[in-house]
Amino acid sequence: MTGYVFEMVQGVLALLLAPGLAGFVRWVKARLQNRRGAPPWQPYFELRKLFGKEVIVSSNASWLFRFAPYVIFASAIAVTLLVPLIAAPLPFDGMGDLLMVVYLLLLGTFFLALAGLDVGTAFGGMGASREMTVAAIAEPTIALAIFGLALGAGSTNLGRIVTQTLANPAVAVSPGRLLAFAALFIVTLAETGRLPVDNPATHLELTMIHEAMILEYSGRYLALIEWGAWLKLTIFFTLLANLFVPWGVATTFDPAALALAVASLIVKLAVLGVIIAVVETRVAKLRLFRVPELLGVSFVLALLAVTSSFLLK
Amino acid sequence: MPALFRKILQTGLVTEPLGPAEAEIVQLVAQVDRQAQRLLGRALAIREVDAGSCNGCEIEITGLTGPVYDSERFGIQFVASPRHADLLLVTGPVTRNMEVPLRKTYEATPDPKLVVAVGDCAQTCGVFRGSYAVIGSVDKVIPVDVFVPGCPPEPADILRGILAALDRVSAQRA
Repeated sequence: MTGYVFEMVQGVLALLLAPGLAGFVRWVKARLQNRRGAPPWQPYFELRKLFGKEVIVSSNASWLFRFAPYVIFASAIAVTLLVPLIAAPLPFDGMGDLLMVVYLLLLGTFFLALAGLDVGTAFGGMGASREMTVAAIAEPTIALAIFGLALGAGSTNLGRIVTQTLANPAVAVSPGRLLAFAALFIVTLAETGRLPVDNPATHLELTMIHEAMILEYSGRYLALIEWGAWLKLTIFFTLLANLFVPWGVATTFDPAALALAVASLIVKLAVLGVIIAVVETRVAKLRLFRVPELLGVSFVLALLAVTSSFLLK
Repeated sequence: MPALFRKILQTGLVTEPLGPAEAEIVQLVAQVDRQAQRLLGRALAIREVDAGSCNGCEIEITGLTGPVYDSERFGIQFVASPRHADLLLVTGPVTRNMEVPLRKTYEATPDPKLVVAVGDCAQTCGVFRGSYAVIGSVDKVIPVDVFVPGCPPEPADILRGILAALDRVSAQRA
């Protein structure tokens, strides 16, 4: 029973933390540009505003356009219940493993691309085709990188990977782990629309990937899509943080462990947020045709991770 | 790479506080709805529309997102689509070719929405008055809430104009 309470806490926590994490990355970036910047809690104001605004839907839009934001948001929430955010063996662990997580995320991406195509604007179609190009190369890498961990733990279950690492801390610094971390980090940049693959702050339609697909959305639909994208960022950061550095994750269901787990999660997310902000300050956006090369590198890293985990097993 | 971050650290914050205006030039011409001001007060998305400007105003508007004027500290961000926008920042006299796009942009913006017209041209057509290519000022085409005169106006004044529409700074009422 307490397990299900933990699941609920985890879902709500992810929902509440996601906008704050996006705002924190923006704030650190602003400070690195020597600007004052918006406070880290700015995205919460944006969500409140968007939910209070009128919705304008193009007369060319079909039911798909109205349906897609809910799928994107719901699939992101579903993933937060499967990922070990604060506690490791969760009751929903049996329902979905690593492959479920990867394909739930892809479901959201798929509907976002369909919604981009639906209205028939030039930029929507362009964004959709680019998103699918990136997703097609990035998706197998996510699965393969986590596979590297799964091979060591003997299970594709994310909860088991965490508990196995906690039981045997030496594997956390094995070459397979380090390679998998590098691969997953590059894929995180691509999948969450960060530099050097996509620029989250761009206003130039021709350089957009994620933004180009949502140009037609307004009001609460836009709020759901934005919130879904922030959730996705939180999920990827959690995968990076809790699968590779699982210390702090609660293994027993008691309030003290819960408090520690929440605190350690916030610290880990903040550290990753600073790293992303520093990377985004340092690197320029890649030319679109160079993106597959970067993702190819991350795929090879993931493949090496799997090979080394297998050989060193 | 260390050189870049050393420079960032040495430079420190360059954002200047937005003090009171030397002369109150911003003109509030419409009574903005209180509820809209409350909704948009802390998070405002701006779509810039060039209705036929000489791009002098655009150069000043570009300054808003830079480190010195940093409009983001007020929760103001520029967006790429009128569907995401809460405020239209219109510059220039409205030319014949831009009349329909301007009206369409206004219609594509979800309510509640505000309009700030930037520069002398947007209010009086400036040096372009009487030209066969120009149909008139911005308020002939869409309802305007705030005028920011100047050729071009300073970025600080444009910022004050936007904040005046939200009732966050005082402005001259017309």
